[in-house]
Amino acid sequence: MLEIAGLNAGYGRIPILNGVSFSVAEGEVVGILGHNGMGKTTLLKALIGELRATGGSIRLEGRDITPLSMARRARAGLGYVPQGRQILPQLTVQENLRMGEIMRGGVSAIPEMLETFPVLKPLLARPGQALSGGQQQILALARCLVGQPKVLLLDEPTEGIQPSIVDEIAIALKHLQSALGLTIILVEQDLHFIAALASRVLIIQRGRIIATIAPTALADPAIVAEYLGI
Amino acid sequence: MEQTVIILYQVLYSFSFLVLICLGLAVIFGMMQVINLAQGEFIMLGAYVCNVAVKDGVSLWLSFLIAAVAVGLFGILVERVLIRFLYGRIIDTLLATWGLSIFLVGGTTIVMGPTTNSIPAPFGTMYIGAYGIPAYSLVLIALAFVLLIGTYALMRYTRAGLIARGTMQNPVMAAAFGIPPQTVYMLTFGFGSALTGLAGAIIAPLSGVSPTMGIFFIAKAFVTVIAGGPMVLLGTISASALFGSISGVVDYLTSSVLGEICVLLVAIVLLRLLPSGITGKFRRGI
Repeated sequence: MLEIAGLNAGYGRIPILNGVSFSVAEGEVVGILGHNGMGKTTLLKALIGELRATGGSIRLEGRDITPLSMARRARAGLGYVPQGRQILPQLTVQENLRMGEIMRGGVSAIPEMLETFPVLKPLLARPGQALSGGQQQILALARCLVGQPKVLLLDEPTEGIQPSIVDEIAIALKHLQSALGLTIILVEQDLHFIAALASRVLIIQRGRIIATIAPTALADPAIVAEYLGI
Repeated sequence: MEQTVIILYQVLYSFSFLVLICLGLAVIFGMMQVINLAQGEFIMLGAYVCNVAVKDGVSLWLSFLIAAVAVGLFGILVERVLIRFLYGRIIDTLLATWGLSIFLVGGTTIVMGPTTNSIPAPFGTMYIGAYGIPAYSLVLIALAFVLLIGTYALMRYTRAGLIARGTMQNPVMAAAFGIPPQTVYMLTFGFGSALTGLAGAIIAPLSGVSPTMGIFFIAKAFVTVIAGGPMVLLGTISASALFGSISGVVDYLTSSVLGEICVLLVAIVLLRLLPSGITGKFRRGI
């Protein structure tokens, strides 16, 4: 589905990613773990095209999307839920959702999405900025999903969210993933969350993938200590 | 009774006039955060296009449309060659658009001459008691309302309006939804320019047409849009209503010079009390 080969990217002249290579099969959930500053968010930004790759290639369903702009990569089928959620503050919840599918033709997926996330229903007329962090996270996820992306890029969906909502998001994602066969790249620091969803976990260190481990291994303190030093 | 009608007319006229000269700026400065000091000259260009078209025998109403399209296209050109390199660079934008403004005044003076031209206002004079008003000013009031409601509806209810509002709030996220932000910026600037050019054409029969006419509007327009605050359209409506009422009443009772002074004083006090404008505390709106 998605093949990344020798990807380099960075901010200005400061390189962050040094030859990241991995591939993701259709319907697979790949977790990405690493310390702060190791390039997790940079990797997602380089995949969606917010940052230009300075080397290497990204292929989506066999097609080289490396030269495409962010907007065209999004239309090619990449969905992105960034860190900090980036809800449009002055648009209502309904309008935020409409933005998510505004460039996709066909029938609106919003009614269906509201069945999956009923918590959004009473909030539809509220401005985005009036929502709590957890509500915003659910909205960000729903807004991305109504665009019906082929691959979902999730950047720390549990950051700053209360535990009950983290569980709710995990359950909904798990359900959606199996129902729709979603392909997900999940950057996360919450080991339980990543273990619950991912089928394989990549460890990123200094801009490279240094290891692949099974999610069950996250329960092993020795392995966690080795790669993450927690 | 008579006096009440006259004051009401004055207030409505001042409000409509302000709405017309502010609407384009509300889009360009309010929504896009581009300080376009050549805004007054876009009004002037609209007036000249209308003037030339009318002289060539085109009907006034069609001339309005031509002015809107011409200045809209000119705005897109300016966005492509100038503004698009300067988003987020306030000082550079100020300098560049100030330069553009001087260039446009100079260029127009060379091509069209320094004199004031006039477009004959249709419909003659109407009398309220002994007080004569140009009947065309009622057309101006009606057109201001049509444009205001039209722009509001476009921004609030259409797909294009939603794309524009969303992109201005967060261009990176817009790109993540598949929207090309540069195109949206270009078209929004063009739309704001078209509104400005149309306003110039609509006021031309009453204000006259001269190369330096823009100067009279630019300060008023910026004061109104800034006093309106972050909800650009609701802000422009409320600030125009406030300043329009003040200048309408004071103009009638004393003189238009005192009217302008009063408006500026009120604007200063208002921005002292509500630094982020009338709509600064609104939680939602456009």
